[in-house]
Amino acid sequence: MKIGAPKEVHEGEARVAITPESAGHLQKLGHEVFVETGAGAAAGFSDDAYRAAGVEVMKTAPALFKMVDVVAKVRPPTETEARRLTRDQTLISFFYPSSNEKLMETVKARGATAIAMDMVPRISRAQKMDALSSMANIAGYRAVIEAGNNFGRFFTGQVTAAGKVPPAKVLVIGAGVAGLAAIGTSTSLGAITYAFDVRPEVAEQIESMGAEFVFLEFDASELPDGAATGGYAPPSSPEFQAKQLAKFREMAPDIDIVICTALIPNRPAPVLWTEDMVKAMKPGSVIIDLAAERGGNCELTVPDERIVTDNGVTIIGYTDFPSRMAAQSSTLYGNNIRHMLADLTPGKDGTIVHDMDDDVIRGATVTREGEITWPPPPPKVAAIAVQTREKPKVPTAEEKRASEIAAFKTQTRSQVTMLAVGAALLLLVGIWAPASFMQHFIVFALACFVGFQVIWGVSHALHTPLMAVTNAISGIIIVGALLQIGSGNWLVVILSFVAVLISSINIVGGFLVTRRMLAMFQKS
Amino acid sequence: MFSVGLTSAAYIAASILFILSLGGLSNQESAKRAIWYGIAGMALAVVATVFGPGVHNILLILVAVAAGGFAGYYVAGRVQMTEMPQLVAALHSFVGLAAVFIGLNADLMLGYVLDLKAQLMLMANMAPEAFVWPPGPLGGAVFTTPEALALMERADELTGFGKKLLVKDAVEIAILKVEVFLGIFIGAVTFTGSVVAFGKLAGRLDGKPTQLPGGHMLNAGALAAALILGLLYFNGAGIWTMVLVTLIAGFIGWHLIMGIGGADMPVVVSMLNSYSGWAAAAIGFTLGNDLLIVTGALVGSSGAILSYIMCKAMNRKFVNVILGGFGGASGPQMAVEGEQVAIDADGVANLLNEADSVVIVPGYGMAVAQAQQSVSELVRKLRAKGKKVRFAIHPVAGRLPGHMNVLLAEAKVPYDIVLEMDEINDDFPDTDVAIVIGSNDIVNPAAQDDPNSPIAGMPVLEVWKAKNVIVSKRGQGTGYSGIENPLFFKENTRMFYGDAKASLDTLLPKID
Repeated sequence: MKIGAPKEVHEGEARVAITPESAGHLQKLGHEVFVETGAGAAAGFSDDAYRAAGVEVMKTAPALFKMVDVVAKVRPPTETEARRLTRDQTLISFFYPSSNEKLMETVKARGATAIAMDMVPRISRAQKMDALSSMANIAGYRAVIEAGNNFGRFFTGQVTAAGKVPPAKVLVIGAGVAGLAAIGTSTSLGAITYAFDVRPEVAEQIESMGAEFVFLEFDASELPDGAATGGYAPPSSPEFQAKQLAKFREMAPDIDIVICTALIPNRPAPVLWTEDMVKAMKPGSVIIDLAAERGGNCELTVPDERIVTDNGVTIIGYTDFPSRMAAQSSTLYGNNIRHMLADLTPGKDGTIVHDMDDDVIRGATVTREGEITWPPPPPKVAAIAVQTREKPKVPTAEEKRASEIAAFKTQTRSQVTMLAVGAALLLLVGIWAPASFMQHFIVFALACFVGFQVIWGVSHALHTPLMAVTNAISGIIIVGALLQIGSGNWLVVILSFVAVLISSINIVGGFLVTRRMLAMFQKS
Repeated sequence: MFSVGLTSAAYIAASILFILSLGGLSNQESAKRAIWYGIAGMALAVVATVFGPGVHNILLILVAVAAGGFAGYYVAGRVQMTEMPQLVAALHSFVGLAAVFIGLNADLMLGYVLDLKAQLMLMANMAPEAFVWPPGPLGGAVFTTPEALALMERADELTGFGKKLLVKDAVEIAILKVEVFLGIFIGAVTFTGSVVAFGKLAGRLDGKPTQLPGGHMLNAGALAAALILGLLYFNGAGIWTMVLVTLIAGFIGWHLIMGIGGADMPVVVSMLNSYSGWAAAAIGFTLGNDLLIVTGALVGSSGAILSYIMCKAMNRKFVNVILGGFGGASGPQMAVEGEQVAIDADGVANLLNEADSVVIVPGYGMAVAQAQQSVSELVRKLRAKGKKVRFAIHPVAGRLPGHMNVLLAEAKVPYDIVLEMDEINDDFPDTDVAIVIGSNDIVNPAAQDDPNSPIAGMPVLEVWKAKNVIVSKRGQGTGYSGIENPLFFKENTRMFYGDAKASLDTLLPKID
């Protein structure tokens, strides 16, 4: 198949969907790779670099669209681009189908297949093509760098000959992929970093990145459970939001840099940093709002703009953070694309098999063969996982007690039965057997009891030494032979001689070998 | 010479020492002390017996003990840890054989003593019931004729056991005969059974279950014949009945164990262990010796518990194991889908180098390939890199209860990273790499998934829940039980074909 990446037409978009490196991998899958001339220029990949990787460079976008079977893009296609698609073509790009219905209609009308990179299900297997995560990672990093650029001080605290510098205090709101990346960058620059998320289960991740989790005093049962919404934080209750804002208000005067990353899919961004909080901040503070595209977490954010408030707080609402690091983001996005194509090319023979039974491919496909296939059914994998993760039923106190009593009763019953049967047997024997026998029998019965009690305590690992030592001990039968060997009957003497001999082998061999084994057991 | 009282005291001390010795095996450290209790108890018992009343032929005893002791010393020093199951089986057979001999002796002496008693009675013109020993002023007859005095002298020279026989009345003699019969029967079964088990474990006999035509009916028939002979013996038939019982019981032991497959050997060996104890106890009853009874009972119950634990670990009924063969599938087994994917040493090294937690599941294959040293070296290297390495031991891994623990201990694997099935089974989902070395049925997911599998319901190590599973295995064949293992076909399983030791040795230099 022929795969091609056109130059991105969106203004300011510097990324490209195929890099010379990912082109090499695509060729290994049996594909031919094309790019429009200058496609990678903004990301630092020259046409010559593509040619060197065996990629054919096309003069114009229409020529490229005509040539290839699969179009790989970063941004959703424009109307013009969408109209160029034909029936047999596949488009792979970000699509945001929920807010791009018109575009979806256009592609559907053209009959082309569209795979939305932003719709890849969030399951382990699909992580390698999760472009949202790879882009969010870059955005988080870049957010801190951008903040540093606009912040007039060091991140790290220093005591220098010229005076003491306090460390910067950074608050990261929302600990998704972008948030965690921001935390990592910020802590490694030396800032004191705080982080907040509505999902208490991410506290551990936050702390593992070196930031301090901002705790809210709240009843655990009222907290949202992120696991039910595909790993995203669900909307929270009004009481919870009030508490959260109060906490932020309290922190605002102290914080130098705020990085907002709180976004819930397909919803406007929640307002978490209100105007009064901005006013409370010190002059020179910086707010980076990664949620700007959806209205922003900060009330004053203007998408795509950098503004400075009256009290000297810089608020950055750029929406193109990944594009600002085009070389890096193109490399990662290119890899996401090539992993997607690897899944689409199971035979590695250059033939694309669009398997609609595959959860990942099904989930990402938004139009196919003149039909809109969005939204996808819930993935099968998740359904199975839910079944197996069925929580074990926790018995109530009464149930527990009842089952304990029942177990106790059955145990008592079986023990009493056994005792009764044993006593009856003993009595039977006692009626017939003479006293001399009964004396020995008492000893025997007690020894059996002691044996059972003692052996249950033997550690599993020592079962082989146990066998060897019981073996040695059962050589006690030598005593019997010793008592007989003095007989006047030559046959008896011979037999007991042999018996003494072999039981001595047993005793000496058994004990020595046990000793050898036990000496080997060592503690680390 | 010790008095009877002193000997009894020594016996009590020996019994207590034996109990302490077994109880001390509850953990590895106290076990090292416990073994000395056992040795001390045994020394005490033997010395007290030898120097006790009624023991003659000390020179012969010395020769026998020295020869036997030397043989035991030699064998114990030479045996490989992988050969431990064979050794244990061989030692069991000795106890069985000794029990048979002592039982036969008891009958021979009984005949001799009864004859003596009858002659004395004849001279005294008394009914045998009125016999009292030793004759004295309070009872019994006083003999004066030279013949009678000669007889008295012979009676005086009897061993301690003989004197006990002399005073037994008719009921006691009947009981004695039952005890002799039991001692000989159990002893003979133990003897031949252990010999067969030894042969199978040592690979000198085919491990597959084989039976003569007639199967268990033959065993039942033999058992009936032995019982009939026993009844004849109780009613006064001669020692020939006991010799025949020895032969028949020997046949039963041989045939029974021949019919049990190699994979069930842990149960068989512990069962024979139990039998050797019961045989000693039966002989103790015969001789009226409490020390033998106590010790026999201890060993017998120990073996019984071990058998029970082993059966439980295989989810099998004890009777089912002893009667041989698997219970049989109750329906068509699940077909196994997929294919086995091979991996080479480089691939394994990559997985291990990237893993944080590793669990190793050893099985009999590791013992066969003598790979424990290489495994230990691998563990040492991985641990040195700060990885969490642990061992998971299934109760029936190997051919002897606790076999794997001993092999790993021999290779200097610290015992605190060697865990039991219940301790580690829940940790597999958090494990990066599970390495299965030479085990098969104990990691077979069919035991949980396939109700028709012959091993359905058997507790197994859930290795397939680990992120990656590496199976070191000689070839594509099935395991001892002949059951297909779906684990090998799972998506996260890689097959590392080849002899376990050779594979590990090629792998070792690649771990860095």
